[in-house]
Order: sequence, then structure tokens, then C-alpha cells
Amino acid sequence: MSEFLQQLINGLSLGAIYALLALGYTMVYGVLRFINFAHADVFMVGSFAGYYAARHAPAGTLWGGLAVLAAAMAACAVLGVLIERFAYRPLRHAPKLNVLIAAIGLSLLLEYGVQLLFGATPRNFPQVFPSARLQFGPLTVSSNQLVVIVVSLGLLGGLQWIVFRTRLGAAMRAVSLNPRAAQLVGINLNTVVAFTFALGSALAGAGGVLYAMNYPSIDPFMGVMPGLKAFVAAILGGIGSLPGAALGALILGGAETLVGGSAYSTYKDAIAFGLLIVIMLLRPAGLLGRLTVEKV
Amino acid sequence: MPRQHAALLASLVAAIAVTAFGGALNAYYLDVAMNVGIAILLAVSLNLVNGHTGQFSLGHAGFMAVGAYLSSACTLRLAPQLLGGSPSVFAQHALFFGALLVGGLVAALAGFLIGLPSLRLKGDYLALITLGFAEIIRVVFQNTPALGGAIGLNGMPPLTTIAWTFGWVAAAVFTVSCLINSTYGQGFLAVRDDEIAAAASGLNPTRYKVVAFTLGAFFAGVAGGLFAHLKLAIDPRGFDFFRSVEIVVMVILGGMGNTLGVILAATLLTLLPEVLRPVAEYRMVIYAALLVGLMLVRPQGLFNVRLGRARL
Repeated sequence: MSEFLQQLINGLSLGAIYALLALGYTMVYGVLRFINFAHADVFMVGSFAGYYAARHAPAGTLWGGLAVLAAAMAACAVLGVLIERFAYRPLRHAPKLNVLIAAIGLSLLLEYGVQLLFGATPRNFPQVFPSARLQFGPLTVSSNQLVVIVVSLGLLGGLQWIVFRTRLGAAMRAVSLNPRAAQLVGINLNTVVAFTFALGSALAGAGGVLYAMNYPSIDPFMGVMPGLKAFVAAILGGIGSLPGAALGALILGGAETLVGGSAYSTYKDAIAFGLLIVIMLLRPAGLLGRLTVEKV
Repeated sequence: MPRQHAALLASLVAAIAVTAFGGALNAYYLDVAMNVGIAILLAVSLNLVNGHTGQFSLGHAGFMAVGAYLSSACTLRLAPQLLGGSPSVFAQHALFFGALLVGGLVAALAGFLIGLPSLRLKGDYLALITLGFAEIIRVVFQNTPALGGAIGLNGMPPLTTIAWTFGWVAAAVFTVSCLINSTYGQGFLAVRDDEIAAAASGLNPTRYKVVAFTLGAFFAGVAGGLFAHLKLAIDPRGFDFFRSVEIVVMVILGGMGNTLGVILAATLLTLLPEVLRPVAEYRMVIYAALLVGLMLVRPQGLFNVRLGRARL
């Protein structure tokens, strides 16, 4: 039983990271209706930004850690806005397939660009937050796991506040309901889309740093698998739905750690895709999503 | 004789002739040529799905893996039992043909089974689910000790020749172009251009999609078999997401649905790294920039040219 609870805690911290990423996918899908394949690589850039920021911050302190986190989030927000401005905006009215291909291209461009600039060898991520092991009866929680869970909760709360309590958040919701009607009532689509990318990318950047802390090595291709899995989580919860993305991420993180701790651990990476296939076939709209009908 | 049949016959004869008298040719050039052939086979087969039928699949490497593993298993495990100690060259190649067919057919079966449920989805979702299936195929091979697990298989006999490679290329190009130009095959294009309109005029879009997917998977499986008996060692990592992307880049660069353009693109993308060895590290960056740039500037592909009025 304590073994199970321990895995559940591990799953919670993994799921929290997936949630940060999945929210970015789901928000972009909400306003633009396409999958931002490059999102996973923004996550990777976030951990690289954190790696370099950590050199200028006091190691192992709370404020230093938060500063590194903030630096990575800012860098990613800028990157996200740039990606949107120069790659996706010119394609906004292009066929969906073209956007998808451009997104895959961008993803590869970021991966191999970073590889070219910083090399392919994995680097060790420094311990930016204070390190400790907390013992709760038979359960062990590392301080990094605790940081992941607390920071993710904080960011999710912040996101909830932005989306539901601010004017820009209301504009985002309006655009995701109906882009044309939103423009008719005076919402600037470009501002909203850019803001969405900044927000999603900042979350991905935070996710990148948190992920790198727990799996302490970073390389240009580290984003691929977490990115795909977070995307699966977003679909699982219902793409376009913020609570859905968080829920899907927690389910996926839990399922993956439980399988990873069992005798079938080598099949861990297949779990996400198995779940994807099942959900696509049984309930394509996801757990909390609404099915849309295509009108001719 | 129709043009396509003549072209098929000519390329088959040429391929066999090159192999028969190829002893004098530089082995390096032959090797590169076979790589080009395999790339063409993969690209042409994916083009049937992505280009002609308009269903964006990101999992072609999965079918290639199925073909590579199954045909290697045939030549490694089955051949010694069937042929005994020192088989003749003819017997070996006959068995190789059988092995390629087995690889292709099992890949086609996988394509059918995967396509049937997943082709109900469109666009982004289809790309993702095919990617998911390809990853699952890879993980399954990685966890099958009988097929080498994570180490993979090695020690396959070097049976891939110019004749086999380009014979299959010719067969694939012939099949695809005849199919697309037939009355039945116009349905593929109809499904691509407007699925709802196609369904409204009495075509069954799902059926067309599954046929395209299955046929594409067959040739990808054969290409995998050829690949395995050219490289003589395969492992699951060789058939990952990036391999699929590479094939997709060929199809997009060539202009989706344009067989000649896709052949040119596959040739170019296989030759470029050979010519540009010094800048090999930039290769993927260039691919990626090409993809984005093409979509922004020339979404119809680089080689979307027509020869006169004919559609190859």
C-alpha cells in the first residue's frame, strides 16, 4: 500500500509537469485550432534557458530557484511570441495541413538549432532549489517533487485567474468560442493570439525547468517524449478545455508511474499512445470536451 | 503497349542489367544508388497516402520496421532450415523475394489493422495517432527478445542488389501511377480534394483511405526488408519518429501527390548528405528550415513540375 502511495506521489509530480505542457497545447488549440508541434521544443528551450540562468543565480536557495524559473519563463514567452509572429501568423489562413507541416518543421528547427549551438551531449542540470528529503511515515518526498507540485499549483491558479478574471482572459475565451464574432466586437485577434502563445510558452518554460530538476539532465531532444505525452494528456482531457488538460495530465502521469513501477516497466512509453488510441476511438472529444459537428 | 507498361519493362531490364554487369562499378556508388532506391520506394508509397489521398500519416517508419524485422527473421531463422547448409545463389534470392513479400504483407496487414480505426480521424489527429502506432510498434519490437530486443537483429545476408531495389521501385511507381490514373483511382484524388463531396457522390472515403494506407504500408514493408539486407543490422531506434519525418519531408518537398517530384526529392535528399559530408551537422537544420520556408513561400512543393500534359 505504501508502495502504491509512493508511486502515486511520483505520478503526481510527473503529472503536474505534463499539465503545464498540456495547458499550452490546449490554449493554442482553443484560439487557433491547430496543434503547436513546436511547443515541446519551447519546453526544451526553457530548460536550457534555466541551465544558463542558474549560473547567475545563487544555487540551492529558494529565491535563486524562483529567479531561474522566472528567467526561463520569460525567455520562453518571448520565443513563443516570435514563433507565432514569424511562422504561424503568415499561415493563419493557409490549409491546415500546411500549418501542421510548418509546425513539425519548426519543432525540428528548434531541436537541431539548439543541438548545433549547444551540442548534443546531455548536460547535468544544477540543483537550483534547496535540496532535502522529507519523510512522511513510510513515504519519501524529495523537495524537488514538492517544488514541482507547489509551483505547478501556483501557476495553474495564476492561469485560472488570468483566463477568468482579466480582460485579456475574457478576450481569449471569446476568441476560442468564435474568432469572427470576437473580432466584430472589437477584440484584436493578433494581440490575443500573441498573448496566448506567450502564456502557453511561459508555462512550458516553467515545465522545462521543473522537469530538468527532477530528471537532472538536459539535451536538445528531451522535449520530444514529454511533449507528445502532454499532448496526449490534452486530448485525453478534451482539447480546448483547461481543466481537462490538467485532469488528463494527472491521469497520464499516474498511469505511467504505476506501469513504470510494475513488471511491465519497459512498456512505459507505450502507455500514452495506447491511451491516445483508446480515447480517439471511444470518445474523440476527450473526457471533458464537447464534440463539434462539422458543417458543410 | 501503354507508356507506363513500357516504362516498367525498361526500368526492370535496366536494373537487372546493372546488377549483372555491375561488378566493374564502384561499390560505393552502388551502395548509394541502393539507398536512393529505398528512399524512393518509401517516399512513393507514403505519397499515395499523404499526397494522393490527402491523409497525413506520420508513422511510415513503423511499417518499414515491420517489414525490416519480419523479412530479416525469415532470412535469419527460416532460411537455414529451408535451404540447408550451403544454398545456391538462386535459392537464396528466391527466399529473399519470399522474405520481402512476407515483410510487405505483414506490414500491409498492420497498415490495414491500424488504418481501419484511425482513418476515421482527420488532419492533426490522424498525424498523431499514426505517430502513436509507429511508436507502439517500435516499443513492441524493443521488448521482443526473439527479435533481438533493444539490440536488434544483425548478420543478415547481403542480398539487396540494384536489381531488387529498383525492380521494387519500378513496381511501386507502376502500381501507384496505374492505380491513380484508373477510374477507380480517381476516387483517391476525390477523397483528398473534398471528402464530403466524394461521399455525397457515392464514393466510400474510408474504403479509399484504408486501401491507400494498406498499399502504402506494403511497399514501406518491402523497403524495410531491402533496407535490412543492405545495412545488415537493424535496431528499433533506427525506425523512430525522425525516420518518419524524413520520409514526410521527401513527399512534401517533391510536392504532395506528384510522383515524379517525390522521386526527385527522395533522390536529392539521399544524395545531398553524401555530397555535403563536411556540413552533415547542418543537414537536419536545413531540412527543418526548408519545411517551414516551403510552407510559407511555396506550399505546393519544390519539384511540382508536370511533364507536358502527362501525369506520371
